[in-house]
Amino acid sequence: MPGHFEPLPGGGAAVALDDVEISIIRSLAVQLLELIGPGPAEDASGDPLAELFAEGPSEPPADPVLRRLFPDAYTDPEGAPGARGADEQKAHSAEFRRYTENDLRAGKRDNALAVVRSLDALASEAADEGGAVLKLSPQESQAWLRALNDLRLAIGSRLEITDEDDTDLLYRLPDDDPRKPMVMAYLWLGGLQETLVATLMT
Amino acid sequence: MQHDDRCYPLFVGVTISVPRGSMDGVTSPAPLETERTEPAEEVFAVPEPDVPWVTIVHNDPVNLMSYVTYVFQTYFGYSKDKATKLMMDVHHKGRAVVSSGSREEMERDVQAMHGYGLWATLQQDRK
Repeated sequence: MPGHFEPLPGGGAAVALDDVEISIIRSLAVQLLELIGPGPAEDASGDPLAELFAEGPSEPPADPVLRRLFPDAYTDPEGAPGARGADEQKAHSAEFRRYTENDLRAGKRDNALAVVRSLDALASEAADEGGAVLKLSPQESQAWLRALNDLRLAIGSRLEITDEDDTDLLYRLPDDDPRKPMVMAYLWLGGLQETLVATLMT
Repeated sequence: MQHDDRCYPLFVGVTISVPRGSMDGVTSPAPLETERTEPAEEVFAVPEPDVPWVTIVHNDPVNLMSYVTYVFQTYFGYSKDKATKLMMDVHHKGRAVVSSGSREEMERDVQAMHGYGLWATLQQDRK
């Protein structure tokens, strides 16, 4: 069934993808990897311990996509800016970020890389046949699930989807709207994620 | 001056009572892990008053309802009913308290939620 994951007997999931779909997912995953950036060790010395002890940033990322992927941990979104305790929340958020953001980035990078790898493993078969059936192990399903979610969060941020009405609006975009291709990708990835979750809930 | 070579505990005066049953089958020197739902009684002073911390998940229009429910079931081990109810609270009320405990535990939960792409924060449970 195109665009739908189905459970595999004994665990895991499968979906049929044509070569255009494969290249779209791969390209989006690579863009996400570029946005998340390399780990701290990749531009440091060869010391394997350097990454372990490297501190993350204390300021929230400037890019709205990255701000959504790595939100402040202590900041109440309903709290008025300048409210009592806001400075304290900001300081706690900065400290949390310093100790967690590198790990979070590494995890999201691993998931996106797992997506790229499983698509590349499929590439030669897909090139001959114009498509192929992607089969995921239970472990790969977990990585795909999180990566699909991160991709949808990223596209959702770029499309400035901030409440449910925005999503409804996207369904009614005229065909010549420049956002249309991104919206199509967003909705299609949503279908993939929804059916992948379903294979894990059974 | 006489050298004192007694072993001092790391935290002087700390007594930790372990919930009954939680040490069953644990062979020394396994790390002492206390159960989350039954916090051990601790007598050492903590800098903050004895107010529990909570993890709050906030609504966002991107995360799928099924995915959020799946995360609550998988990470917290909640039943499908409880996970679904919490997801609906997030969806309709804009936020839901999904766990409570010490500040360290809540930081761990918030980090895990961010790993799943859910929007979560922690705060002290002021009521």
